[in-house]
Amino acid sequence: MTNQRNTVSSLSIAVTGSGGAGVMTAGGFLLEAAAKAGWYGLQTRSVGPQIRGGEAAALLRLSTRPVEVQSAAFDLLFVVDWLNFDRFAAEIELRKDTLVIADPASGEIADAVTASGARVIEMPVKEILEAIPGGRPNMLALGTVAGIVGLPMDTIFDLIEEQLGSKGEHAVSSGKVTVEAGYKFAETLGGAPRLGEPTPAAAGRWLITGNEAAALGAVRGGVRFAAAYPITPATEILEWLSPSLAKVGGALVQAEDELASINMVIGASYGGVPALTATSGPGLALMTEAIGLATAAEVPLVVVDVMRGGPSTGIPTKSEQSDLNIAVYGLHGDAPHVVVAPLSIADCLFTTQWAVHLAEAMQVPTIVLSDQFIGQAKAVIDRPAEITFLGRRERAENISGAYHRYAVTASGVSPMAIPGTPGGQYTADGLEHSPRGTPSTRAEDHIAQLDKRQHKVDAFDFGNIWAEIDGEGDLAVLIWGSSTAAAREAVEMARQRGAAVKLIALRLLAPCRPEAMRAAFAGVDRLLVVEQSHSGQFMNYVRAHYDLPSEVRGFRHPGPLTISPTEILNRIEEWS
Amino acid sequence: MTAQTAPVLKASDFKSDIKPVWCPGCGDYHVLLSLTRALAALGLQSENVAVVSGIGCSSRIPAYLNCYGFHGVHGRSLPLGTGLKVARPDLTVIVAGGDGDGFSIGGNHFLHACRRNIDLTYIVMDNRVYGMTKGQPSPTTEPDWDSALSPGGTGLSPFHPLVIALASGANFVARCFSGDPARTGDILVEAIRHPGLSFVQILSPCVTFRPDERSWKELVHPAPVEPTDDPARAARRIMTDDGFNIGILYRGNRTPYHLAKRGPQQDPDQLAEMFAI
Repeated sequence: MTNQRNTVSSLSIAVTGSGGAGVMTAGGFLLEAAAKAGWYGLQTRSVGPQIRGGEAAALLRLSTRPVEVQSAAFDLLFVVDWLNFDRFAAEIELRKDTLVIADPASGEIADAVTASGARVIEMPVKEILEAIPGGRPNMLALGTVAGIVGLPMDTIFDLIEEQLGSKGEHAVSSGKVTVEAGYKFAETLGGAPRLGEPTPAAAGRWLITGNEAAALGAVRGGVRFAAAYPITPATEILEWLSPSLAKVGGALVQAEDELASINMVIGASYGGVPALTATSGPGLALMTEAIGLATAAEVPLVVVDVMRGGPSTGIPTKSEQSDLNIAVYGLHGDAPHVVVAPLSIADCLFTTQWAVHLAEAMQVPTIVLSDQFIGQAKAVIDRPAEITFLGRRERAENISGAYHRYAVTASGVSPMAIPGTPGGQYTADGLEHSPRGTPSTRAEDHIAQLDKRQHKVDAFDFGNIWAEIDGEGDLAVLIWGSSTAAAREAVEMARQRGAAVKLIALRLLAPCRPEAMRAAFAGVDRLLVVEQSHSGQFMNYVRAHYDLPSEVRGFRHPGPLTISPTEILNRIEEWS
Repeated sequence: MTAQTAPVLKASDFKSDIKPVWCPGCGDYHVLLSLTRALAALGLQSENVAVVSGIGCSSRIPAYLNCYGFHGVHGRSLPLGTGLKVARPDLTVIVAGGDGDGFSIGGNHFLHACRRNIDLTYIVMDNRVYGMTKGQPSPTTEPDWDSALSPGGTGLSPFHPLVIALASGANFVARCFSGDPARTGDILVEAIRHPGLSFVQILSPCVTFRPDERSWKELVHPAPVEPTDDPARAARRIMTDDGFNIGILYRGNRTPYHLAKRGPQQDPDQLAEMFAI
């Protein structure tokens, strides 16, 4: 039967059901099995606000090549049950050639499915499961999808033994029997697409979420203290750091609120230990006063903001690039600090590690703008290269004579005495101060310290890491953060169709790099600015800080829907 | 420096050359004196001491000391001190501030710092008024104290910091009077030595906005009983005393927060192997 199927390089799969039906587990097994068999892949989460119950969808894309974004439409949808399907129907675009598998006994087919004209295959899920004691629908979905895709059954069995073993022998055996029944059903399907041959990697691959990657990047960069207040969708960073920091000689403290966590981080870093906290929009709002303190007192620290829909509580479980304004402009007074954004799931590691380096090197708070999409998505990535960035702070040691903590230097960075260093005794202060650190209201002290704090970030050598620039063309797509993966794919498709398009993806949002941007815009006449925000925060930001090419267009929409490659491609083609 | 070669510091060695912003007659001058005496009596080296504060008149104290210090934002001195102590258990960390900073804007941190019971000493110079903003009622102000912001008084019951510290899990609770620096210094020595969170309320008059507090020197009296390690007894005593009972009121045996220095067992690259397929 499989001979009749066409082979594709990428397959998008959705498994949907009510919360607790185990669709996330099924999705996780599929991704891991695909990874073990040599494919790349990505799993994103779409869940409702309910902690248990409600709706859930495992959205997967498996591919022969690295993938960091979902494709616009799905090739395969397995509906475990139709409860609350409408709540995420908008996130699961179906086409005429989409294969939808559902049990007629589980209820009426959703209108969205009927309207799409997708091909619906009836599968007697209830009937099959009645014959298998302990059989669960998510395992049947797993077997069916794995069979269609062409994943080796042995790999699925290994995972069942590994991950269901703790639930007892019966869970393992009934899981295997159910999966096998799914494979059998898949064999009966003609015309289903099959994934192309896998490409096992010589250097090995990782299976990791953006949040885990950010946490690992922090530890690699030298972070040995974290303060934690739980918040969706950042909690996984903190939960990974808690045991991991203990293993590398560090510590995590659970704080009573975000006001406490950011001030704990300041205290630890003042003590000489690189420190970090992770939060989302509401937490970042609470932290802004203390981030200003860290700017004034020149205490390095990293805050990872895993953005979610805002304002206020907003949409905690869904992504949006709408904390750009608060991250760049949220501090009172003139408070130069650093804002960076990872450009993909894998880049969460690189960018967070870089953020630690920047914070420590400039003695400045650094905000990392990740988001729910890349934070909670799990992907198969090539083993990341060794990165040499390490948090290295210029320290004052062997002090003789008067120590001036805030001495004005050529770089703007002043050697920092760490408590315990004889002769370095000083008081770090949020009050404006003299070079020595003594509180001062004098105009000359204020201007000298403002200049120093601005200069140290403006004069820093960010190298070519500030942005990823790819290709040449008189049309450029300007993007930042997590939407970059969609733009990359769109630009690649446009090039395949003969368009010359340049991609400029900003990793560094503050301070601005006017000279570097001028060079990036060389030869560009038309600029398409793309972002996932309602008000156009990024458009306003680039208009405020950069000289733009003569023609500028924007494409934007807010969360929860991610910016898709097709949407960007359409804008490029409209303008070509 | 090792203990053998380190010089023995005098109280005056712990004082910086910066002139305080405090008004003449402010109780905080004596708190500064008491603290420098305590640090000298403990034989500490000034580079191994950090004093962390928030915002307010009394929170200016770090700059007046010759040790490491941090003058942070309003109400957040306890979290800042917590992060410092967890990251650097080798340091002696003292957190200091006023009643508005600690009990109003910082009230939540007060509860949780006591509950966490980290080896910190928390000194609150309580003058029952916001002095830096020129005379508004604080959480410990009497309900009928008249001010521009609350004409005729707030009508609110004053906060009971000592009993709240006790109920929240603090391991050492004492009340001092700034006008008795010798006794205050002795109590601070014991507070700093005691493991876990030590909370010391120092009645420190604001002669500018609360001239009536000049009478405190007549009202204070030594606690007539020995310190107890029974929190229930201590709580009853604090709830029923006149607020001017001076001394160590509770010295507990509660287990402090675990601060053992965890040596590295793995390097980050070993951690990363959990992600390998």
